[in-house]
Amino acid sequence: MFEILEAKLLAEKIYRMTVKAPNVARSCEPGQFLIVRTDEKSERIALTICDYDREKGTVVIVLQAVGASTMKMLSLKAGDSFADVVGPLGRPSDFVSEDLEEVKKRRYLFVAGGLGTAPVYPQVKWLKERGVDVDVIIGTKCHDTLIMEDEMISVAGKEHVFITTDDGSYGRSGMVTAVVEDLVKNEGRKYDICVAIGPMIMMKFVCKLTKELGLPTIVSMNPIMVDGTGMCGACRLVVGGKVKFACVDGPEFDGFEVDFDGAMKRMALYKTEEGRKLLELQEGNTHHGSCGA
Amino acid sequence: MPEMDMMKKVPVREQDPKERAKNFDEVCLGYNEEEARQESLRCLNCKNPLCVKGCPVSINIPAFIQEVKNGDYEKAAQIIAKDSALPAVCGRVCPQETQCEGKCVRGIKGEAVSIGKLERFVADWAREKGIRPVLEASKKGKKVAVIGSGPAGLTCAGDLAKMGYDVTVFEALHKPGGVLVYGIPEFRLPKDGVVMPEVENVKALGVEIRTDVIIGKSETIDELLEEEGFDAVFIGSGAGLPMFMGIPGEQALGVFSANEFLTRNNLMKAYREDYDTPISCGKQTVVVGGGNVAMDAARTALRLGSSVTVVYRRSEKELPARAEEVHHAKEEGICFELLTNPVEILTDEKGWVKGIRVIRMELGEPDESGRRRPVEMPGSEFEIPCDTVIMALGTSPNPLISSTTKGLEINKKKCIVADESNGETSRPGVFAGGDAVTGAATVILAMGAGRAAAKGIDGYLS
Repeated sequence: MFEILEAKLLAEKIYRMTVKAPNVARSCEPGQFLIVRTDEKSERIALTICDYDREKGTVVIVLQAVGASTMKMLSLKAGDSFADVVGPLGRPSDFVSEDLEEVKKRRYLFVAGGLGTAPVYPQVKWLKERGVDVDVIIGTKCHDTLIMEDEMISVAGKEHVFITTDDGSYGRSGMVTAVVEDLVKNEGRKYDICVAIGPMIMMKFVCKLTKELGLPTIVSMNPIMVDGTGMCGACRLVVGGKVKFACVDGPEFDGFEVDFDGAMKRMALYKTEEGRKLLELQEGNTHHGSCGA
Repeated sequence: MPEMDMMKKVPVREQDPKERAKNFDEVCLGYNEEEARQESLRCLNCKNPLCVKGCPVSINIPAFIQEVKNGDYEKAAQIIAKDSALPAVCGRVCPQETQCEGKCVRGIKGEAVSIGKLERFVADWAREKGIRPVLEASKKGKKVAVIGSGPAGLTCAGDLAKMGYDVTVFEALHKPGGVLVYGIPEFRLPKDGVVMPEVENVKALGVEIRTDVIIGKSETIDELLEEEGFDAVFIGSGAGLPMFMGIPGEQALGVFSANEFLTRNNLMKAYREDYDTPISCGKQTVVVGGGNVAMDAARTALRLGSSVTVVYRRSEKELPARAEEVHHAKEEGICFELLTNPVEILTDEKGWVKGIRVIRMELGEPDESGRRRPVEMPGSEFEIPCDTVIMALGTSPNPLISSTTKGLEINKKKCIVADESNGETSRPGVFAGGDAVTGAATVILAMGAGRAAAKGIDGYLS
């Protein structure tokens, strides 16, 4: 069992949890993810690692209630436990294993969308701790859905964090792509690499823009997974015309090579089942159909 | 019981095909005591028992059958336990027809002795009576790490524990058993009823099983050896990444690897309403492939309420699946399109599968595997309407361990290179066996490799 040490509401339906998971904490790096199973009957859910403390053996995850399984996870409080936490899974971000002197020469632009702010945080933290300068754009629907602003500012510095909201209720107004354009075209900022993590549709449009700008872009894919170790192939996607498994080949890929449309289509696979389960959880077992029904 | 024909096996009782096509209960009901005794009488107790040579773990088959004749089932169980940690599993899933039973002298003129069903009877009897293997060895004070808790790992761990080693098994998934749990369906191999008790038996020998630990990620083999005080490591990490055909439409919604389909259903128990994991299975399923995994996927889809067609590019004779599995599948109403190969998966406007375009094949000259190579027949393409496609084409090795272990040699196919006789790899102290070495094979071959490696490790540490 993996004890939840802290559970904090960040925004509506979005929680931050600190979990005791020494096996993950001892070796995880920015870019990697883990899998949580709430109890015996729950799904295995892949989640990004938001922070970690090797000494204490803890990891921080940020999760949003989107389906029955995440709802169930969020019903747990500090002192409760998950049945399973396994990881780290996937490959760390490239910069972790690259020559640090080379990395230091680059200027990184991070683009975080919504929940994607969580996996961007440990990357920014890692780079800043090693003296690499980064700018971070955080895009979200409105002020109420903004998460981790203070944490991001504390690692990146206030002048390097740019917030934008779709409705203009906080920070700049509009999509993250508008901010990328502003920073590069109007404010003359120079970047060598962009890391975009967020909803697939956001990553798709960021890549469209950065391609025009000639700014190489890395994206982090979070498709449907079951085992997370390369066994099931549920997380397959097409990158550069080849089938890749997000769990072992990724989750980070060259954004210019990813077939986003195909990946987005595949996300729809279990939507009806997920929806059915959620209704069932909220309203009782009245929506259950047998397979194929 | 009526007068029996000594040339024929005592028939085994099975669930009615029409009934079982709708449930996940075990298909084969096994022998009862009387049937087992009857069948045991057919064993000729050969002086030079060929059956033992056909068994990858060399169970003393005539000796255990002799005890069944005597009615001393506990002793029979002890004889099997000397060589096999998983008898109730093997009695169910071993391809006996090509191993022990394939060599049985009775089989020359009539039907071989039903060794598998007798093994199953003895193992089930022992489990129901609560008889556990006993540990006799004195402790050696040396630690061995076993990676993976499938058939290879459990066998290696059990054997090493019996020799007196401290064994820790590391399992990446949340449940021990490997393919016995995620791959083989409940209706062939009951999980709580059969697999878990055999895992418990291995634990009863003093083996510690740590789930949720991914070697190669959570920690590496180098760390196990250099920092955690393990004296040797056995890698039994299994087959790996599912293969796809590379045909158009394979990314469509409704296309699954057999691994995914079976893992959802078996490990995650998607077929049960009280479990959360979803499974998407339509009304018309096409399974591509002809191995045991293809049969398992087909029969699982059938039980989830779909009609099922198996598409295989060679003829019936070349089907790699066990004859019994093919027979069961046909009995349950699964259709076979043999000498047929997919060329494209057809999708509707929302990206869901709506059919599969296939082409007829004919057998040409033998290829490197010795089987006649299937060749496309031009102009013979046709469509099979379906809403689900399951690809059961085999696997390619998982790079997780080989890419994170120093000095571990892999071959062209990226399988770990290991000596068949003792499991030795290119790295001293590191042994390997099972699908990680051979590519996808059978439970019993993996067990045989686990056994050989246990002996190899004992030799290395002595």
